[in-house]
Formats: sequence, C-alpha cells, structure tokens
Amino acid sequence: MPAVTPLLVAQIVLTLFVFFMLLNSAAIMVYVERKVAALLQQRLGPYLVGPKGLLQPLADVVKLMFKEELRPKAADAFLFALAPIISATCAFAAFAVVPFGASTTFFGLLREPMKLQVADVNVAVLVIFAIASMSVYGIVLAGWSSNSKYSLLGGLRSSAQMISYELSYGMALASVLVIASSLSLTDIVNHQNGYWFHVIPKWFIFVQPVGFLIYFTAGVAETNRAPFDFPEAEQELVAGYHTEYSSMSFAMFFLAEYINMVTVSAVATDLFLGGWHGPFLPESLGWIWFLIKVGALLFFYVWMRWTLPRYRYDQLMTFGWKILLPVSVLNLLATAAGVLYFNA
Amino acid sequence: MTLFYLFGAVAVVASLLVIAQRNPIYSVLLLIASFGALSGLYVLLDAPFVAVTQIIVYAGAIMVLFLFVVMLLNAPHEETEHDEKIHPLRRPGPMRFGAALAAVLVVELVWALTRAGGSEPSAFPVAEFQTVRMIGKSLFTDYAFPFEVTSLLIIVAMVGAVVLARREAVKD
Repeated sequence: MPAVTPLLVAQIVLTLFVFFMLLNSAAIMVYVERKVAALLQQRLGPYLVGPKGLLQPLADVVKLMFKEELRPKAADAFLFALAPIISATCAFAAFAVVPFGASTTFFGLLREPMKLQVADVNVAVLVIFAIASMSVYGIVLAGWSSNSKYSLLGGLRSSAQMISYELSYGMALASVLVIASSLSLTDIVNHQNGYWFHVIPKWFIFVQPVGFLIYFTAGVAETNRAPFDFPEAEQELVAGYHTEYSSMSFAMFFLAEYINMVTVSAVATDLFLGGWHGPFLPESLGWIWFLIKVGALLFFYVWMRWTLPRYRYDQLMTFGWKILLPVSVLNLLATAAGVLYFNA
Repeated sequence: MTLFYLFGAVAVVASLLVIAQRNPIYSVLLLIASFGALSGLYVLLDAPFVAVTQIIVYAGAIMVLFLFVVMLLNAPHEETEHDEKIHPLRRPGPMRFGAALAAVLVVELVWALTRAGGSEPSAFPVAEFQTVRMIGKSLFTDYAFPFEVTSLLIIVAMVGAVVLARREAVKD
C-alpha cells in the first residue's frame, strides 16, 4: 500500500473533479448548442426552465432518467447493453492524459507542485489516438446489436468514416510531434511558450496551419458531428446507430458525443493553440486561458453544425481519401524536411 | 506480479473463448479483449510505446475491419449442427484441413513449451525499447534492412488488395 500523502489525496480529488467537470461540460454543451442554434436561426431557444432556460439540461436529464428502457426483441441483449458503456468509457478515458494547466501548488496548499492532469504518460498523444480508435466499437456494436437496418447502416457508415479519417488525424498529430520532438502533451505545450518578434505567440497553429485544419476536420469527422454526421443522418436513417436506444443508454451516447467534442477541442488547444500559455495572466492561472480556447473551439463546432449542410456520403469518402489524406501526408513530409533543414 | 497473472489470465481465457464459442461477433470482441490484456503486459514490461501501438494497430484498426466484415456477412451463428456429430477429420474438405492444421499447431506448441524454460528474460536489452526515440534509432540503424523488407511486404499486400478489389468491380 502506498502511503497516503497530500499529493495522493490531491490527485484523487483532481481525478474526481475532472470526471465531474466532463459530465457538466456535456450539460453545458447541450444548453449552448440549443441556445446558439436558436440565435443562429433567430429563435429564442430554451427559456422557460430556470433563468434564461439555464436549468433546461437538468430537466432533460430528469426526463431521460424517467423514460422507459426499451430493447428490440431480436437484439443481442449483452452487446446492446455494452455498446453505450464502451462509448462513454472511451470518452472519459481519453481526457485522462490531457493536461489543462501548468503545475500548481493550489495557492500554497500543497508542498510540492502538482500537474493539472489526471495521468502524465510519456506517450500521451498516442494514448489519445488509441482510445479514439477504440471508441468506434461502441457505435459499431450499437448498430449491430440493435438488429435494425437503420442502426446497422449507421454503425457501418460510422466505422468506415472513422477508419478513413483516423489516418489524416494521425498524420496531423505526427506533424506536430515532429516539430516538438516529444510525445508528451505537457512537453508539446511548453514548447509553445514565448513570442516571435514579441507579438506573435509561438503557437503551432502559426507553424502548422494546414496541420490544424486537417486535425480539426478529421476531429469533426471522428466525433460524428455536422457536416460529417452520417452515422445519425436523421433524414435517411431516422437516428442512425442509436435509433433503438432510449432512456439512460441513449443519454450515454449523447454524453459520449459531447465529451468527445470537448476532448478533441482540448487536445487541439494543447497541440496547436499553446495550451495554457497566453498574455496578461500569470502561469498559475493558465487554466483560464485553456478554458477560453477550448470554449472558442467548441463554439466553432456548434456554429459549423448550424451553418454547413451535410455532405453526401460518397463526397465524404472522396474528400477523406483523395484530398485530406494526400494533403496530410505532404504536410508531414514538408514538416519533416523543414525540421531537418532548420535544426540540423 | 498480481497484475501479470491478471492480464495473463485474461489473455489466455479470452483467446480460448475466441475459438470455444460460436458467435463470430463475440469471437472478434474476445480477441480484442485478449489484445488489450497483452497490451497491459507490455506496460508491465516498461514498454508503453509497444503497448499503445498494439492497441492502435491491432485492436483499433485490424479488428475494426474484422468486425466490419463479420457484420457485412451477417452470419451470427455457424451452421455446423449436423457436422457436430462427425469426427473432425471426417468432415468435408476445408474442415478436415483445418483440423490437421490445428493438430500441427498443438504439436508445435508442445515442442516450443518443452524447449523454453530455463532462459533468463533479463538478457534482453530492455532499456533499448523504452522510449520512442530509442526504438526509432534502433529501427532505422540496426534493423533498417528488416524494416525496409517489412514495408515492401506491406506494399505488396496493399497492391494485391487493390487488384483484388478492382477485378470484382470490372466483373459487374
């Protein structure tokens, strides 16, 4: 048994806090999504429950909890129950290796500084990639086990889509890794500290604009969000892979989708937007910058959903394989050549 | 050590169940579980990179394709009811071949297990494979030739897959 030190207690508290905040981020995103959608379409959005409709997510959760849990007769009971659990678990697990602030002593509460991160793994970027590649199973199994043609089509589409865009996603990650020459997200963030000519922050988005675009595009496709939301295209597939789900198991897919959005945005912040580095604030308050950047990316997600129409499925595949992948490979080659030229 | 036995037990039991039960979807999932346990063993061996690669390549990419194919074929149960009573070696063509291969595999396993034993596991240069940098270095210097040969093999397989996929499209 390891001794119970203040650091261990702080680590456990931090882990629970991250879990709690991820749950809340999903609730906040539901509200933001509905409110922003309404504003973009000149409607009011939720406004009845609580001040400005702020308690709407809570009402939604209560509604979902009291709904009846349905299961199609011919469904595979075990996998039908397992699929949403896989989705939600992968969504939470991926955030574990994401750092969201500089080391801190919590205003002198701890004797030694602690990293604001659940687990500091030296292959963090690859761990995120691995968990992202596992999360496809939740959707595929949901589609198959429901024994419904709409679900199955949604699941098949999703697996094809995620396999196709995973490659570009990995290439975009690799081009950042080449510049930072580290696989640890903390190292990558610290590599982006400082300014060029005292004005432009040393963020990787300015070195890797193409990489950022590829990463974010592939990230949107990986999280199955509009304009790449084929697995659940309402007009064609009723609701896609979760057509047959109801109540809390449906809520788990919903939760997973929003948490995955948060994770993609948080990783994008760490990789391209300088993480918790920013002007005006001291290093110990860097998490405020982190939250601002993640919030901006999440707003962009919602904005995009209500601005762009959905692609056609063959367009999605053509775009992924014939444009995004070649561009990302060329970007990686150019980056590696640049690093060799300037560093050697 | 407890963790070693835990991961080992999961890997062995899952692998056995892959062939012991009849639903191909469950077989695929159990194989994934087995890969996950193997990856846990790699972490215990201080090789996080190998562990993560195991998940990304096998569990994340290859098994998704397996699952994809099984789902597309939509064969939830093997149709072996009447074959069940016949001796494995007397069943129709491919099955007999499979049974023979299985027998060869068992003989090989027994041979390998009896020869293994006494050797010291620590004789392996562990430190060389801990960090990604070290793996990359040894891969592109000491093991450059096997690396290139492997990439050639993969390209051949890829070209083969494309050719096979194309031929079917022409037939339509």
